[in-house]
This record gives sequence, structure tokens and C-alpha cells, in this order.
Amino acid sequence: MSNGTLEIKAISGHAGPVPGRDASRDYGICKVIDVTTCIGCKACEVACLEWNGYPFRETVFDNTYQTMPDLAWNYYNLIRFNEHVAEDGTLSWLMRKDGCMHCADPGCLRACPADGAIVQYANGIVDFNQDHCIGCQYCVTGCPFNIPKFNSETKKVHKCTLCSDRVGAGLEPACIKACPTGCLHFGSKEDMTDLAQNRAKQLREHTSHKNAGVYDPAGVGGTHVIYVLHDIEHPELYGGLPKNPRVPLLVRLWKGPLKWLGNLAITAGILAAAGHYIRFGPKRLDEHQDEDRDEAKKGEPK
Amino acid sequence: MNPTRRSFLKAGTGAVVASVFGFDLKTAYAESRELKIARTTETRSTCPYCSVSCGIIIHTIGDKAKNVTAQVVHVEGDPDHPINRGTLCPKGSSLMQDILNDRRLLKPQVRRPGSDHWEDIGWDQAYNEIARHIKTTRDATFVATDAQGRTVNRCESIAWNGGCTDTNEFNFLAVKTMRSLGVVFLENQARV
Repeated sequence: MSNGTLEIKAISGHAGPVPGRDASRDYGICKVIDVTTCIGCKACEVACLEWNGYPFRETVFDNTYQTMPDLAWNYYNLIRFNEHVAEDGTLSWLMRKDGCMHCADPGCLRACPADGAIVQYANGIVDFNQDHCIGCQYCVTGCPFNIPKFNSETKKVHKCTLCSDRVGAGLEPACIKACPTGCLHFGSKEDMTDLAQNRAKQLREHTSHKNAGVYDPAGVGGTHVIYVLHDIEHPELYGGLPKNPRVPLLVRLWKGPLKWLGNLAITAGILAAAGHYIRFGPKRLDEHQDEDRDEAKKGEPK
Repeated sequence: MNPTRRSFLKAGTGAVVASVFGFDLKTAYAESRELKIARTTETRSTCPYCSVSCGIIIHTIGDKAKNVTAQVVHVEGDPDHPINRGTLCPKGSSLMQDILNDRRLLKPQVRRPGSDHWEDIGWDQAYNEIARHIKTTRDATFVATDAQGRTVNRCESIAWNGGCTDTNEFNFLAVKTMRSLGVVFLENQARV
């Protein structure tokens, strides 16, 4: 975007520094999802589809109010409905808006080998660029939240962009604008952390939710989509939100130590070849060897 | 061109050296999609569904120049509207689907008594038929006095339902018209 609000912070599979990085002041944006005030109306789902221009589609009934079992390549945003019976027999009906968390340390970006298919903007948005996507689906493996979805027809992977086009032009994401209960909030990471913490404090002090807290997992460096949960000790109740998400070990090894080991091995090979050349010189066939071989060939029965 | 082993190695080494030092072969990474409503015409309107009457903004392509036929590209909440302040419910969020719909009614239709299908009629014919029905019904069922002989002058067999997008002025006229007919079952959604 021309107004510079989408300054790039990191680029997948790219050698060398990020062009233009640190050229301006860094600020992070953030989405707060307060699941305690979500009524499961799905206005965010519809607004997301409408903005992204994907078709309204048939839904799948699975004995809950959930639109379909999982996110899809053209369905970035899904309210997960869960009925949880506590030990004392009380039923809680939990709803969580599921979608990309926009991690500060994105596993998808780490895993992606295609130059520029995934970019992380300085404001925190992790965006996929389908023009550069090679369809390898390493990002699907790299994501601890199981968010990116593969389109098997175009061989491209898609996920929530946090409406990077809207944010780049100074607007809020479509889901946040639509939310009629004010369960979704949008602003700077600092302000939103304050807002979420205050809400959690309010829940702890004035309601029966003594374990209320803010879900901003440190395992992925914090996220630019944070939750206020009734029970921060059990995020997995909300449709499988991981308690301590980490970028998978394989991806960390492969993009960390193993990458450097590989680079070292290549460099060592080149140095060894150069050393060999300096020590022993180029390989020259001596004439006798040739003659011996020719003679040996002549001797063979034809 | 037939590369020798030596020239191939030269070129390969050159490419490796270039990539190690991080030459940027591509520069355009910030390829965020263009904002689809960047230069659209914004028209304020009211959601037609329920009586909450949320304010909406309808985005159409073009700037209403003479030679342009506007096409709806996006609908979202109106942040300046005091009722919804930009938010919308899921049904309201899907309004674009309502506007751009093959099954949207664009002309009056009528299903005659006993008929199994809807037929198109013109606006004039529709007005005339509605007026005729109102007159016939009112004449047949008008109650001038109640059981105790008190004057009531009411028409109990006609009801009026207003829509949520009706303006104050329209509701004023509707109420005056219906009251003058003696209609008592009167609802205009203006209570919210």
C-alpha cells in the first residue's frame, strides 16, 4: 500500500534483509475476542465472506450451531460451539471465533520456502500472497493452530488476512466492524492488551469466573489476535485451543540448527574441494593410463 | 550454445555468490490486495429486515456520472448511525446477497384465490385492485356502533403493518390514512 501502513517486517524464504525494514516507527495492531460476550450470531462469519467475495455456501449440521466442522480455504472465520459439563454438573455453552492468530513468531512463515508467499507486516499482520505460493503446504504443518487451508483446485493456501487491505487503508477488519455485541475489538496491541486485561479482571472480581484470563500465548511470541477466556487454565475446552502452542519441533529444527548445519556442510564441501585443488592440483590423466585402458579394451572379446 | 564444464561452474559459482550476499531479485513484496471500496460511491440507507432499523452504507462502483450504471459491490454498517454504530447482525451483513439476487422481486405480483402460481401485474392494476379490496372489505364489515349502541366507527377486518424503513413522514401519512378508514389494528414499527 502506498501510505506505508503495511511496512514489511519479515518475508518467507528470502535471503538477505527485508527491503525498507525499520524505516519508520513500529506499531502493532491487535484484535481482541472476548468469548464471554460472544452470542454466536456469526455476523463476523458473514461479514468476512462478504468482504472477501467468497460465495455463501451450504452449511453442514453436526448437532451444534457450528456452521461447518472446520475452516475452509474460502471460509477464514468460524465460530466454534462447545458444550462443556463441569464436574459439578453445570453446563457451559462456549463459543469461540476461530481464525488466524497472527502470531508474532509465525510458524507458517518460518516453514514457508517460497520467496514472498508469506509476509509479516510491521503492524503484526501475517499475510499470504497467493501469487507467490507454490502449494507445498509446509505452512499447514508449521501452524500450531491448524489455520491455513489448501485449495486443491488452485494449489494455493489461504487464511485470514486480518483484512490487510482494509487495515492498510485505515479501516478496521470486516469482522470487527460487524460484531453487534462488541465482543470483538480492534486497536493497537498495547491498548487491546489493556482492554482485555481489564475485562478479565472484571470477570474475576465480579463474576464466578475466577480463572478468567487473557490468551496471548508466549510460545509463539504473543499473538495479534488475543482472547479473553472464562477459564484461562483450560483453553482446550474452546474447540481445541492449544494450551501452550509452539511452532512444531520439526519446523524449528529444519529452519534453525539443521539449516545452518546444511549451510556449513555446503561451505565445508566447497572449502574441501578448493583445498584439494590447492594441495593436489587438477586431476590429469597420464598417457600411459589411457594406453593401458585402450589396450585392455582391445583385449576384450567383441 | 554448448556450455563447457568450466563455464557452467563459473556461472553456477557466480549465482551462489550472488544469492549469499542477498541481492534482491524481486522488490515488490507488499502486494496487499487493493481496497475494493477505495473509490466507490457511498450511499446511506436502512437495513430492511427487522425493526431495529440499522443504518447501512451501500458501496457502488462509479461516481454517479451520467454514463455510469451503479453496481453494488459492498454493504456494511454505518458508523455514524446512532442505532448500530457500524455493526450489523449476520442477516444484515449478508445484505449484498439480498440486493444482487436472481430471486429478488422487482415488480408486483398477485396470487389469485385458488390459484397455484404468482402472476405479474402492473403497478396501476395493483393499486386499483388493492383500493377495490379495501373499499369492498370496509363496506362489508364496517362497525358503526357497538353492542351498547355507542358510536365506534371502526373497521376490524383490515390491519396495517408498516416496514422498518418507513420514515416518520410516511408513518404519519399511513396512520392518518388508516385512522380515517377506521382501522384499529395498526402497526408501523415506529415504536423502537
